[in-house]
This record gives sequence, structure tokens and C-alpha cells, in this order.
Amino acid sequence: MVVRRRQEFIRRDRVFGFLVPASERFLRLDTTHGPILYLEDLTVSFDGFKALNGLSLYIDEGELRCIIGPNGAGKTTMMDVITGKTRPDEGEVTFGQQIDLLDLNEPEIAMAGIGRKFQRPTVFEHHTVFHNLELAMHTNKAVWHTLVATLSGEERDRILEVLLTVGLEGHRDRRAGLLSHGQKQWLEIGMLLMQNPRVLLVDEPVAGMTPQETERTAELLTGLAGKHSVVVVEHDMDFVRSIARKVTVLHEGSVLAEGSMDHVQNDPRVIEVYLGD
Amino acid sequence: MLLRRILGNDLGGWILLSLLGMMAVAVPVLNLAVPETSPLHLSTYTVTLLGKYLCFALLAVALDLVWGYCGILSLGHGAFFALGGYAMGMYLMRQIGTRGVYGNPVLPDFMVFLNWQDLPWYWYGFDQFWFAMFMVVLVPGLLAFVFGWLAFRSRVTGVYLSIMTQALTYALMLAFFRNEMGFGGNNGLTDFKDILGFDLHSDGTRIGLFLISTFMLAAAYLACRYIINSRLGRVVVAIRDTEDRTRFLGYRVERFKLWIFVFSALLSGIAGALYVPQVGIINPGEFAPLNSIEMAIWVAVGGRGTLYGAVTGAFLVNYGKTYFTAVMPEVWLFALGGLFVAVTLFLPRGLVGLLRRNRENV
Repeated sequence: MVVRRRQEFIRRDRVFGFLVPASERFLRLDTTHGPILYLEDLTVSFDGFKALNGLSLYIDEGELRCIIGPNGAGKTTMMDVITGKTRPDEGEVTFGQQIDLLDLNEPEIAMAGIGRKFQRPTVFEHHTVFHNLELAMHTNKAVWHTLVATLSGEERDRILEVLLTVGLEGHRDRRAGLLSHGQKQWLEIGMLLMQNPRVLLVDEPVAGMTPQETERTAELLTGLAGKHSVVVVEHDMDFVRSIARKVTVLHEGSVLAEGSMDHVQNDPRVIEVYLGD
Repeated sequence: MLLRRILGNDLGGWILLSLLGMMAVAVPVLNLAVPETSPLHLSTYTVTLLGKYLCFALLAVALDLVWGYCGILSLGHGAFFALGGYAMGMYLMRQIGTRGVYGNPVLPDFMVFLNWQDLPWYWYGFDQFWFAMFMVVLVPGLLAFVFGWLAFRSRVTGVYLSIMTQALTYALMLAFFRNEMGFGGNNGLTDFKDILGFDLHSDGTRIGLFLISTFMLAAAYLACRYIINSRLGRVVVAIRDTEDRTRFLGYRVERFKLWIFVFSALLSGIAGALYVPQVGIINPGEFAPLNSIEMAIWVAVGGRGTLYGAVTGAFLVNYGKTYFTAVMPEVWLFALGGLFVAVTLFLPRGLVGLLRRNRENV
């Protein structure tokens, strides 16, 4: 932490966060240089085990990126760092040109425009599908405001629109706990969309899905790319092949290879990691 | 109109409020208008007992709000209840004036007995009713705020939080037992004479306190129901079910928990303040950890996360306590423990869960 701070102060190519008015830090997301998310030299260790080891990764605005890698490669840890759940020992995470995500906590990062879907579908099982989406909606999320908030017509339309997008319009008033596994995954993606995020982090979206559901999910995610940047972590190679334009392979906490699916699959190092020697 | 907007299709709430309304009419009539010789006469003892149950029910509603809906099992709500009670007790002590055993116009008896010369600074202002009422909500609220702020910010949850709340109430109990604290030591505050000029021992005052308790329970029920039905209520349930998901949606979970906890503590303080003039005493025993656990049992027996279940539980368990401790006192604690085990094993949704087994609940 101290090291990071020191690095911070000797850098000259950026405006210090504390000099920027708080309101601007949230509002201005500058992606003029292409990438929307910069991960640089990230290192995270748990009791000596390096979950991330000098990981550098850039996500472009509007791209659909797949991240693959064997178990323990650091995929979920990477998401934890981006969303503020885990603090890295070293490295930087920048959202756009200016927003230093390491200065923000989880809710702030979410409000800044990064949505996350968990590995296990996590929806509010006691609430209806409609209310799940309502809770996720991008709006003032302060305590007092939520007490007196009522839905405006626009907001209602937005929820119905997302219901259509994720194909749950027929389940509007069902309790989320009663949905099938696949439907819960879609609901959670719908909840991400309600947040109006710029970046969607999606952890294993097709785990446990039937082939039809997988196909539907692939359509959904490719449809979202362009408007949003979508980062998908997935084990299912067929699924990755069906959606990926660019694939990043992680191994032992750093990037092993990056490029198109064909390129990556023919990389001898990747073959070694996946198939053993 | 307002009632309909808040209660909506909350059937249990309608039934509860109707019952409270009927009680508010029937009890004063049966106590004051029906002659004592008539078999229909309701003794003042029973009125006070019912008033006491109403305070417990209010406390149970407060606990259900944090436990049933927000998933915070507080085993320290007795502390907030007792602090509200002490604030009321301090006002009542000051009202005694020269009628105390030692006849000191300013100092309560126990201070004279301890040879104190001056009123401690924290007793100032308690001769004013409005000030005491302000303290009834301020002190429990402030304690809950400080405790909650530290605990929720550090993300202490589950059983660890419950243990900390137990420690909180236990620490307060030990502190209040000390004579040097200036709250009457282990005797507490008692021997009250009147409240706002009304004689505490008269039937009329008892009925008045009973009616205020009824009204406060109804008001607290509606306030909690309003919160639960708002989007805030849905966020709170969301926090209970998956805290992480809620946080990654952009909600500052610790603030939501904190305000629900503080609101619940305020209600508990009010319950304590209504309880003290009716039973006529407040002592450090109210801080006992066992008391707070018993409160959780009321809510569990009645049914968590329904509000009216908490009221049902508070009435039934306390009626059981009154009955058993009179008939066979040695059995009561076993019965209470057995009840808790039985409810946990066979009725995870409490007694009201039996009635609404087929209906979806939050």
C-alpha cells in the first residue's frame, strides 16, 4: 500500500485524484484513447500465493473479451480487484483515462459504471423479477431516497425493456427464487443492464446451462457488446469460440497469450498449459 | 385512506390493528364503566399486564425489523429498551420531589442515601417531560448509531454481531449495577408517584398509559410496514438475502443496516419508556443478556419477517410466562427453552407461518 502511494506521487503524467472535484471524478469517463479499463502490473497475494502476478490487461470500449485459463489462473481474483472486493498489493486499475478504481469502494465502483455478474447466479430470491430489476436500476441509491422513491413512467418502461432483452417478460411478477437456473443467470445479466454500466464483468455465464440456454446467452452477450464493454470469464471452450472476437489466456496470475481464438489455440504455450506436457 | 395505502393487502396487519382498536375501546369500558362486582369487570392489574405486553410487542416489532427483514440478529435490544426506560425513570424520579423518604426537593432518595450533595450533571433537565422524552429516543438511538457504525463498517455479521450485542448489554448491566454510576445501583429507580401531574396509581392514569401503548404499537407497526413496503424495505431484504449482490449494485450496505438498526433502537427505547411507568420500576436487571435472548424467542415463536408474528409471539410467550411463573415457577425456563427448540425445529416460520404456509411471504 505504501509502495503504491509513493509511486502515485512521483508520477507526473496524471492529475491527482484529490485535485479533481468529487463530482467530476464520477461523471467524466474519458475513453478517447480507446481502452475503457486499464489493469497494470496487478499483483495480489494470499499468504504468499500470488493469485495475480504482474497482470496487465486493457479492455477497449465496446469490445467483447473472453478470458480463459485453468483453475487458479486468477480470473475471479481479477474481477474482485476491478470491482473493489480485493485490494491489490501492487498495480493500478483505471477506468477510462482518469478514474482510479483503487480509490473507490464497491458501491462507488458499481455506480461509476462497472457491473458484475457472479459465478453462482445471485439474484434476490424473495423479490419478484420486476423488483429485482427495480433494485438494480441506476438511480439515487441513498437511504432516504430509497424510502420515498416511486417508479416514474420512464423507469417502468426501462425495466420492461430490459425484461424483453433478457427474455423474462412472461415472468415479471414471479419470485426470482422460482426461476430456473438459466433464467436466474439472465435475470442477473438484466440486473447488470439496469445499472447502465459501461463495463460488464460476467463470470461463467453458461455454467450449468442447457445447450439451448447457452445459445440464447451467447446471443444476449454478443448483442450487448458495442453498447457496453463485456468481459466474459468462461471455461466452456465451445461457448467462448461462439462469441469471442478476442481472447485472453491467463495462467498463474498473468497473461499468457492474447488474440483471436484461432491464434490462441495454436499457441504452443497455451497448448502446454491446457493439455500438459 | 392512509391506512389502506400503508397496509395494502397485509391481512395480518389489518387483523392486528382491528384487535388493537377493539382493545382500545373495550378495555377502558370494562375497567372504568363496569362496576367491580360485575364478572365482566377488568381489574386494573389486568390492564397493567396488557399494557406491559403491548410494550413487549412494540419491542418485538422493533426486533423483527432488524432480524426478520435485515437479517441482523441483535441480542442486545434489551439495552435500548432499558435505556429508554431509565430516561423515563429519571423523569419520574425527579417528579417525586419532596415526597421521597428523605424529602429532598432535588436529589432522589438513593443519592441522599449515598451522601451526595449535588445532582450529577447528566440528571439535569430530566425534571422537564419534553427533555426526558427527547432522551428516550436520543440515548438508545445514539448508542445504536455508534455501535452500528463501528460494527457494520467493519462488516461484522452473523453470530459475531450477535455476540457483540450480548456483550454490549452485559457491559451496560455491569455499569448500571454500580452505585457510582448515579442510576440507583442494583435497586434501580422506583417508588414513582406521578407522571405529568397524574397519579400513577390511579385507574385513569393506568388506562391512559394503556391507550398510549396501544397507539404506539399501532403507529410503530404502520411505520415499520411503510418501510418494508418501500423500496428501502426491498433493499433491506436484499441485504439479508445476498449482501454482496446488493453492494455490487451500488448500495452502501452499511448505511442501510445502520439506519434500520437505529430506527429499531428508537422504537425499543419508546417501548422501555412506556413500560417503566406501568410496572413502576426500572433496574439493571433489564439489561441482562437473558432478557435480550428472550426477546429473540418472542419473535421466533411468533414468526420472523412478518411484524404481526412478532406481536403474536410477544403476547403468547409473555402470557405463558405470567401463567407459568404464577402456577409453577420452576418450570418456566425449561418451558421457554423447550419452546425455542421446538419452534426452531418444527416451525421455522413461527406460529403465523402455520397459518400462511401456502402463501408467499417476504
